[in-house]
Amino acid sequence: MPKSKSAYSIPGKIGKTERHIIVVWVDNEAGVLARIAGLFSGRGYNIESLAVAEVDKKKHISRITIVTEGTPQVIEQINLQLKKLVPVHKVADFKRGEKDILFRELALFKMLANSKKQEKIKKLCKKFNPVVLDKTKKSFVIQVTALRAEIDKLALDLKRFGLISTSRTGSVAMTKGAKIFN
Amino acid sequence: MPKLISGAEIVFKALEDQKVEYIFGYPGGAVLPIYDELKNHKSIKHILARHEQGAGHAAEGYARSSGKPGVLLVTSGPGATNAVTALTDAYMDSVPLVCISGQVPTHLIGTDAFQECDTTGITRPCTKHNWLVKDANDLSRVLHLAFEVATTGRPGPVLVDIPKDIQFKKGKYKFIKNSLKKKLNGKATHKLSNKELDKFIELMKKSSKPIFYTGGGVINSGPNASKYLRELVSLTGFPITSTLQGLGSYPGDDPQFLGMLGMHGTFEANNAMHDCDLMINIGARFDDRITGKVDEFSPKSTKIHVDIDPSSIGKNIKVDLAVVSDVSELLKSLIKRFKEKNKNFLNSNKQKTSKWWEQIDKWREKKSLNFINSNKIIKPQHAVQRLYELTKDQDTFITTEVGQHQMWAAQHYKFNKPNRWMTSGGLGTMGYGLPAAIGVQIANPGKLVVDIAGEASVLMTMQEMSTAVQYGLPIKIFILNNEYMGMVRQWQELLHEKNYSESYTAALPDFVKLAESYGCVGIRAKTPDELDEKIKEMINVQKPVIFDCVVDKSENCFPMIPSGKPHNQMILGPEEDEEISDEGKILV
Repeated sequence: MPKSKSAYSIPGKIGKTERHIIVVWVDNEAGVLARIAGLFSGRGYNIESLAVAEVDKKKHISRITIVTEGTPQVIEQINLQLKKLVPVHKVADFKRGEKDILFRELALFKMLANSKKQEKIKKLCKKFNPVVLDKTKKSFVIQVTALRAEIDKLALDLKRFGLISTSRTGSVAMTKGAKIFN
Repeated sequence: MPKLISGAEIVFKALEDQKVEYIFGYPGGAVLPIYDELKNHKSIKHILARHEQGAGHAAEGYARSSGKPGVLLVTSGPGATNAVTALTDAYMDSVPLVCISGQVPTHLIGTDAFQECDTTGITRPCTKHNWLVKDANDLSRVLHLAFEVATTGRPGPVLVDIPKDIQFKKGKYKFIKNSLKKKLNGKATHKLSNKELDKFIELMKKSSKPIFYTGGGVINSGPNASKYLRELVSLTGFPITSTLQGLGSYPGDDPQFLGMLGMHGTFEANNAMHDCDLMINIGARFDDRITGKVDEFSPKSTKIHVDIDPSSIGKNIKVDLAVVSDVSELLKSLIKRFKEKNKNFLNSNKQKTSKWWEQIDKWREKKSLNFINSNKIIKPQHAVQRLYELTKDQDTFITTEVGQHQMWAAQHYKFNKPNRWMTSGGLGTMGYGLPAAIGVQIANPGKLVVDIAGEASVLMTMQEMSTAVQYGLPIKIFILNNEYMGMVRQWQELLHEKNYSESYTAALPDFVKLAESYGCVGIRAKTPDELDEKIKEMINVQKPVIFDCVVDKSENCFPMIPSGKPHNQMILGPEEDEEISDEGKILV
């Protein structure tokens, strides 16, 4: 048996990880994002993407959507730890791939392309609600909304059309039907 | 139109309304307006520490021995950063602290001004919550909320950062009664259903190898929780073990008590935890010093976990029945429900658990806390035992530093009441015990307060002896002096081939002379023969005492669960090593 050189225990088996989308309603006050981000970094959790904005101007409530990955135990801890923070009102948690939830990300792509190429690009983006935001003879800015994997693929495809800049948001989420998070 | 008063006055008004009697602190540029206001509030006494860390630990000692929140007042910059260790300590051990810190004036924040630091940024991970107050009209609301957050749910430290201009500015004062009183960190509490209680009782009835595993949550829930715990343990006849922080919630000399569990816990407690079929965790958190190797922790048991903090449940160990509740509330309703339905439980259950008790008695026969005593040199365990024997007849409060002496104190000093044992468990802060003793003595005048210390730890906050002398606090610093950082030396001996890298302290001070220079009394004991007499002398002196107890330099703290091992593979001590040498050595 090898000798342990540590006064701490040896790590046990790590379970299978899952991707979750966690939605947090918080008071929009100074430092609140640092509290959330600090909780994730301090406890070794992972933030894959993050989207924040105030959704209630009167009560100053912000809605934060966090995409994270972890074992079921870690995901449960994230939920419970978030609920302990004083400015947090409620927390909703969804597994990626749950049927009743809608997810969307937004991306802006800038390409150096002539008008001929620009038409091809529009075709390529057709499925993803493309909006042309800016257009010159040499350049082209297009906005799409889609799922993350779709945007990943699109970005790859656009490379050969002279993609020079990409800007993406984190994922936002909403339930289907009349139901809301609670 | 309510009268407008200055921010500094608002601070004291809020403290008065929170019935604060003592604040521990250290003045500085950015809190001077608050210090200036101190003279107008006679009901609040300020205890001047010699270092903000000392003030923080003193506030912790005060809180833990009195059940009231400790209040800390420090200046900006270094004042706040010095308090960070104490805040983190309080966060780990769930001690309610309210730290008020000065800050540079609002217009200078962010300019790297003199004695400026990002106090709320630095203390965010070591407080339950913190606030930077930028408007004097917000101050009273924030201060009352701060007390509320610190003392409700799982208690802990909070910090209110007040810029100097806000301390001068006039604002409205309003006393807002605790609105979230019955909530956990501001979240609605869990109401216990009879169904839940019945499930709990059903598991207890089915078990033939049960054990209670109780922790600091019992102490934090107030003296009633200890009362109920004793009642439940006697109603069920089950064995009980306690974590380091839970000591005192159940009488240490009771036959149903198996002693402390964990890395340096007793053989019977750890084996019972490993082999039990029902583990009832009340207010403990499955800390890594308790569980050892998680995969092999108590493999065959059904586990119940009672905790006020939902995030404590399922964090390290999966449990079968989770109860989010205050310990007192749960025990009270559980006992009531239990009595209604199970009048003869004790008799019917005796047979069911008799084999279990026989097994426990076999483990007990190992006498795992035994050590080889000497008549030439003082063994540290012997010193703690003698201290216990000579102080057990009076209401004694014990604090400790961190290391071997702390474990020996936990093993050999038997506590009968809650709030009598103050030790840094979670963070393991060397230098905690001396200032904590100051806070304990403030909260408990006339009582005997002893800091069982190591010479290395105590030197980290030795300056606080000056505080003890200033306020006439007759604390006793009982140093088990082995000239080594004992626990470091022990691990180096067992795990690092006796390479005693930097664990020996050369050039230690003469503790007797040091005591005299502080204006307190120094006593030294060198042989077992003189020990009792010297301890008696220490108890009888009405001044602070530094007791230099010269002990065996090479003694190790046993029993011990080696790292990465489950509970049923303990090392008992050096004498065992010789008997079963080969196997034993592999375990080391």
